[in-house]
Amino acid sequence: MPEIRVTPLGAGQDVGRSCILVSIAGKNVMLDCGMHMGFNDDRRFPDFSYITQNGRLTDFLDCVIISHFHLDHCGALPYFSEMVGYDGPIYMTHPTQAICPILLEDYRKIAVDKKGEANFFTSQMIKDCMKKVVAVHLHQTVQVDDELEIKAYYAGHVLGAAMFQIKVGSESVVYTGDYNMTPDRHLGAAWIDKCRPNLLITESTYATTIRDSKRCRERDFLKKVHETVERGGKVLIPVFALGRAQELCILLETFWERMNLKVPIYFSTGLTEKANHYYKLFITWTNQKIRKTFVQRNMFEFKHIKAFDRAFADNPGPMVVFATPGMLHAGQSLQIFRKWAGNEKNMVIMPGYCVQGTVGHKILSGQRKLEMEGRQVLEVKMQVEYMSFSAHADAKGIMQLVGQAEPESVLLVHGEAKKMEFLKQKIEQEFRVNCYMPANGETVTLPTSPSIPVGISLGLLKQEMAQGLLPEAKKPRLLHGTLIMKDSNLRLVSSEQALKELGLAEHQLRFTCRVHLHDTRKEQETAMRVHSHLKSILKDHCVQHLPDGSVTVESILIQAAAHSEDPGTKVLLVSWTYQDEELGSYLTSLLKKGLPQAPS
Amino acid sequence: MKLYCLSGHPTLPCNVLKFKSTTIMLDCGLDMTSTLNFLPLPLVQSPRLSNLPGWSLKDGNAFLDKELKECSGHVFVDSVPEFCLPETELIDLSTVDVILISNYHCMMALPYITEHTGFTGTVYATEPTLQIGRLLMEELVNFIERVPKAQSASLWKNKDIQRLLPSPLKDAVEVSTWRRCYTMQEVNSALSKIQLVGYSQKIELFGAVQVTPLSSGYALGSSNWIIQSHYEKVSYVSGSSLLTTHPQPMDQASLKNSDVLILTGLTQIPTANPDGMVGEFCSNLALTVRNGGNVLVPCYPSGVIYDLLECLYQYIDSAGLSNVPFYFISPVANSSLEFSQIFAEWLCHNKQSKVYLPEPPFPHAELIQTNKLKHYPSIHGDFSNDFRQPCVVFTGHPSLRFGDVVHFMELWGKSSLNTVIFTEPDFSYLEALAPYQPLAMKCIYCPIDTRLNFIQVSKLLKEVQPLHVVCPEQYTQPPPAQSHRMDLLIDCQPPAMSYRRAEVLALPFKRRYEKIEIMPELADSLVPLEIKPGISLAAVSAVLHTKDNKHVLQPPPRPAQSTSGKKRKRASDDVPDCKVLKPLLSGSIPVEQFVQTLEKHGFSDVKVEDTAKGHIVLLQEAETLIQIEEDSTHIICDNDETLRVRLRDLVLKFLQKF
Repeated sequence: MPEIRVTPLGAGQDVGRSCILVSIAGKNVMLDCGMHMGFNDDRRFPDFSYITQNGRLTDFLDCVIISHFHLDHCGALPYFSEMVGYDGPIYMTHPTQAICPILLEDYRKIAVDKKGEANFFTSQMIKDCMKKVVAVHLHQTVQVDDELEIKAYYAGHVLGAAMFQIKVGSESVVYTGDYNMTPDRHLGAAWIDKCRPNLLITESTYATTIRDSKRCRERDFLKKVHETVERGGKVLIPVFALGRAQELCILLETFWERMNLKVPIYFSTGLTEKANHYYKLFITWTNQKIRKTFVQRNMFEFKHIKAFDRAFADNPGPMVVFATPGMLHAGQSLQIFRKWAGNEKNMVIMPGYCVQGTVGHKILSGQRKLEMEGRQVLEVKMQVEYMSFSAHADAKGIMQLVGQAEPESVLLVHGEAKKMEFLKQKIEQEFRVNCYMPANGETVTLPTSPSIPVGISLGLLKQEMAQGLLPEAKKPRLLHGTLIMKDSNLRLVSSEQALKELGLAEHQLRFTCRVHLHDTRKEQETAMRVHSHLKSILKDHCVQHLPDGSVTVESILIQAAAHSEDPGTKVLLVSWTYQDEELGSYLTSLLKKGLPQAPS
Repeated sequence: MKLYCLSGHPTLPCNVLKFKSTTIMLDCGLDMTSTLNFLPLPLVQSPRLSNLPGWSLKDGNAFLDKELKECSGHVFVDSVPEFCLPETELIDLSTVDVILISNYHCMMALPYITEHTGFTGTVYATEPTLQIGRLLMEELVNFIERVPKAQSASLWKNKDIQRLLPSPLKDAVEVSTWRRCYTMQEVNSALSKIQLVGYSQKIELFGAVQVTPLSSGYALGSSNWIIQSHYEKVSYVSGSSLLTTHPQPMDQASLKNSDVLILTGLTQIPTANPDGMVGEFCSNLALTVRNGGNVLVPCYPSGVIYDLLECLYQYIDSAGLSNVPFYFISPVANSSLEFSQIFAEWLCHNKQSKVYLPEPPFPHAELIQTNKLKHYPSIHGDFSNDFRQPCVVFTGHPSLRFGDVVHFMELWGKSSLNTVIFTEPDFSYLEALAPYQPLAMKCIYCPIDTRLNFIQVSKLLKEVQPLHVVCPEQYTQPPPAQSHRMDLLIDCQPPAMSYRRAEVLALPFKRRYEKIEIMPELADSLVPLEIKPGISLAAVSAVLHTKDNKHVLQPPPRPAQSTSGKKRKRASDDVPDCKVLKPLLSGSIPVEQFVQTLEKHGFSDVKVEDTAKGHIVLLQEAETLIQIEEDSTHIICDNDETLRVRLRDLVLKFLQKF
C-alpha cells in the first residue's frame, strides 16, 4: 500500500528548529533546516542521525527545501550540508537565497566571536553550502527528477517566504513554512490554489489566537510609542533585521511625518541599510501598493530613521531604537535592554513571538527579576508591552488556508502542543479531515491510494463518449478494453486492437442451441410468432425479422426448422457468440417456456 | 488541429491555434510599419512640414492635396498615423479562450483584440512583459495624444483612388482596416485581463491542455510557450536569443520532442552581427561627439537600450566622453530605468548575482547617480533648462513619425556635424528618413537584433528535433534583397510548412491517445497475463466518468441485490443488458487434451472425427457436437443449459480472455 510518511526532527509540537522529513511515493524530502533559539547545546540543531547513522545524507534525501530566511528555518543548513554532509539540491526562492547567507554569517559571528564556541560552521562552509542552492520562481514547476516536482507559492510572512507543494504523480504534500493571511504594510497575503494535496503541513504559531484588526494594533502601537517619547522616555523595539523591522519602520516613518515629530529614531544594526536595499531590489515580492508606487516613491528609503551608535544609548532624552535580535536573547537589543530596564519611564515593545528560554519570553510572561550572567539580578521597571506584529496566520487564517487548499488531511507543526490540540479539533470538526500533530521524532503514516494514469486509444474513448451522450445511457455502462503493459508504458485499447497489435488471432466461440417447440404451423409462421413474441418483451433491443425467414436479436440468430420425425414439433436453432453469452442464454430459456397463443 | 494566421509580419505574429477543445491566440503583434506612410507629428510646429506641397495626379487633378503631401519625391498621408491590425474576420475572435504573450513587443495589438471583438478570455504573460508592455503602450499613446491632429484622411483609402497613388502607398495592404491608436483607458482595460505567470509554470486550460512559458533569452520576461496534452506537444518559439545579453538564457531543452514547432520572430537583419554593430555604434558616437556634433539614437524605451547604456558605461571614460551629457527622453524613461532594476529573477546569472550583494543589476543606476545620464519625460520642462550640446539623445519613436525624436530630426537634420544612429531593426531606416529629406546630418545604420539567425535556427532544430516545423513564408525563401543567399532560409526535414496572412493551416497531427486514470480499486481487480516476455495484458471492464475533460475509470457496480420478491417482477426486468459485453478470446484448443479433460469431467462417450479444417468432437449420448478449428469453436447442443455451461467453461480453460 503506498503511503506518505512525515517525521518532524524539529518544530514538532514546538516552535524553533523547523525540520520535517517527508517520504512520498518513494521520494524523501527535507523541509527546512532550522536552529532553536532556546538552546545553546546539541539540541539547537535537528538530530540528522535520525536520517542515517552512517553514510552521506545525499543518498537518503532527494532534495531539501527552505521556506524562508529566518534562522529557525535555515540556521542549521551549513552544519547539515557541510559538517554532516549533503550534496544534493537545496531549493529556496531568490530573496531567501540572497538574504539567508547574511543572516547565517551574523549568527556564526555571535556564536563564535561573542560566545567563543568552537566546532561551529565557518564562513567558507556558509559559502559552500549556498553553492548547492537552486533558486526557484513563484509558481514555477521545478522538476527535481523525472518524478518529483516542487512548486512555490507566495507566503507573505517575510520577503521571499514561500509555501511549497511537493508532488509525485498524483500524490502531493503542501508545506506552508510560516505564512500570513492578511497583507501588511509591506507584504501581501499568502495564497494557494485549490490543489487538493493528500496532506497539508501547516504552521500553527497562533493556533488559538484570533487577532483584532491590524489597524487597531497599529494605532495602539503608535499611541504607546508616542506617549512614551512625549513624557521623555526611551522606547526599545527588539526586532530581527529583516521583516517586521521594515514594516514598523514604514509605520513610524509615516507617523513621524504626519505628526511632524523630531524625536530621533535609530536602527541598531549595520545590516539595515543593506536590508532595505534588498527590499528595494526585490520589490516584486512586496505588496501591491508598494509595487505600484515604487517608481514615484520607494517606501524603503527612510528619512527619519538613522543608524544607531552604541554611545547613543546613554544620551539623555527620548528616542526610539530598533535593535536586533528580536527575542532579547543576545546582541545589541539585550545590551540596550539592560541599560534601560531600570527606568519606569522607558518602554520595551516586543513585536513578535518569543521562544521559551529567551529573555523576551521571560519578561512577557511577567517575570520582573531576571538572573543574568554572573548571578547578577536585573530588576525590570520599564514598561513591557507585547504587540503581535509577527506575521503568522492566526487561527482564522489557518482555517482559511485549509479551506483554500482543500487537503485530504492536515498536520500541524511550529506551535505549542496545547494550542495545537485546540486547533486540531477545530479543523477535524469543520473540514471533516484527519489532523495530526506529531512530536519530534514521531512518525505519521498516511496510506494513499493513487490512481494509475494510462493512455486510452482515442478511438475507444470517443466511441464510449459518443454512446454516453445517448439518452438511454442512464444506467452505468461498461467500457471494455484491454490494458497493454509494456515496460512502464500502460495503454488501454479495444480488445480487437490489442489482439491485432500482438499478432494474436481471435478465437470465436459460438453456441447453437436447439429449442423444441410444439407448433403445427409452418416454419415461417413459427418464426413470425417468435419475432412478435420477442419484440413485445425485448423493448430495448433490436429485434428483426429477416427476409430469409430468420429472426435476429441484436447479433443473435434464431432459425426455425421442421423436426425430422415429429411434424407437430418445430426446432428453433438459437445461435450466438461468447460475447453475447448473457443474452443468448436468456433467449433460450425464454423460448423454452413456449410462445403465447396467437390470437386466432 | 488548425492554425489561423492573422498577421503576415514574421516578427510581430498573431496566430490562433485550435488544439483539442481550446482556442489559443499566440501573440498579438501590431504592425506599425504602416505609420511610415504618414507625415511625422512634430512636437513644436514645423514650418518645413506644414509647407510641404500637396500631391496631385499626373493629369493635374489636385483633389487629394489636402490629404497627401509630397517630400523629396515621396508621398505621405497628412493625418493621424494608423496601424495595420491583425485579421479580425478570419475567425470569430470572441471564441478565443486565452491569449499567450511571448514578449512585450508582441502584445501591442492587445487592446484592439480584447476591447473590440467580444473577447472574454484570459491573457497570460510574465510580470516584466506586462510592466514593460504597459510602458511601451503608455509611451505610444502619449506620443500620439499630446499632438492632437484635426485631420483624419480617408479619401486616399478608396480602392479606386489607392490604385492611382505612387508606391509604396499603392501597394499598402488592407488599408481599410488600418486603425488609429487606442486610448489609455483601453490599454488599462486590456492589461487588466492579464494573468501573471512565471517560467516553467504549468497552467491548466479546461483540464484539456497545459501551457507553459519558457525563457526565450530575448528580452526581460520574454517567453516561448509549450502547449501540450499528455500525448501531443506544440512548441511556440517567438523572439528567442542565444546571445548573452541581460535576460535569462533561453531554455532549449524543454522544446524537445515537439510534434509541431511554430517558429516566428527570427532576426530581421540576418547578415548583421549584433556584437559588431554595438562596436560600430560606440565608435560612430564617439567620433561625432569629438567633432562637436550631436548624436541622436531613435529607440524604444526598454530592451536594447539597457545593453547600449551598459556598453557606454564601460566605454565613456576610455573614449574621453566623461563630460558629454547623455539624455534619455521618454514619458516612461524613469519608469523603464527603475523597472529594469527590480526584475532580478528574470535576468542572466551575472546580473542576478549582483542583486545578492545587494547592488542594482544594471550599471545605468551609477550613470544616473553620477549625473552622466539624465532622463526626462519630454523635451518640455526641465530638459530645456539642462540641455547642453554636444550631447547624445536616446528617444523614440524609432519610426521617426512621432515622439520627441521628430523634434531632434528637425533641429539637427541640417548640420553635417550631427549623426543619427539607427539601432532598432523594426523600420527601414531609409523609409524612416524619407520625410526629412533633404538631410545634411550623417546617418549610420547599426541595427542590433539579437534574435536567432538562420545558423542558430538550424542548430536548434537539429537539437530539439520537432516532427514538423511551421513558420511564416518569409523564412522559406531568401530575403528579396539577397535572393542568392540560399543560406538565409530555414532548412529542415520534412520541409517547413509556411503560412501567410489570412491563411488557415491544418497541422499534421494524429492524435491517437488520451490520458485516463484508473482508480486504485479497479487497478487492484485487474488480472494481468504475460503474453510475451515483457508484455502483459489485462482485460478491463469499467465505468467511464468524464468531468472537466478528465477521464476516470471506476470499477463496475456490483450486481444489484435481488429485491427478494417484494416488488413484482416484470418480464423485461430480467432481460440482460446487452451492453455488458464479454471479453474477446484468443488461443487455440488442442483436441487431445480437450478430450482428456472431457473424460476427466465424466463424459464417457467422446468421439473425435477429423475434418478438413480441424476436428469434430461428438458427445453421442447428449446429442452434442463440438466443432474445433484453429480460430473457432462451435458448440451445438440441445437446450440443456447446465450441459452447455459446463462445456463452455471447459473450452474457456484453454483460451485467453481479453
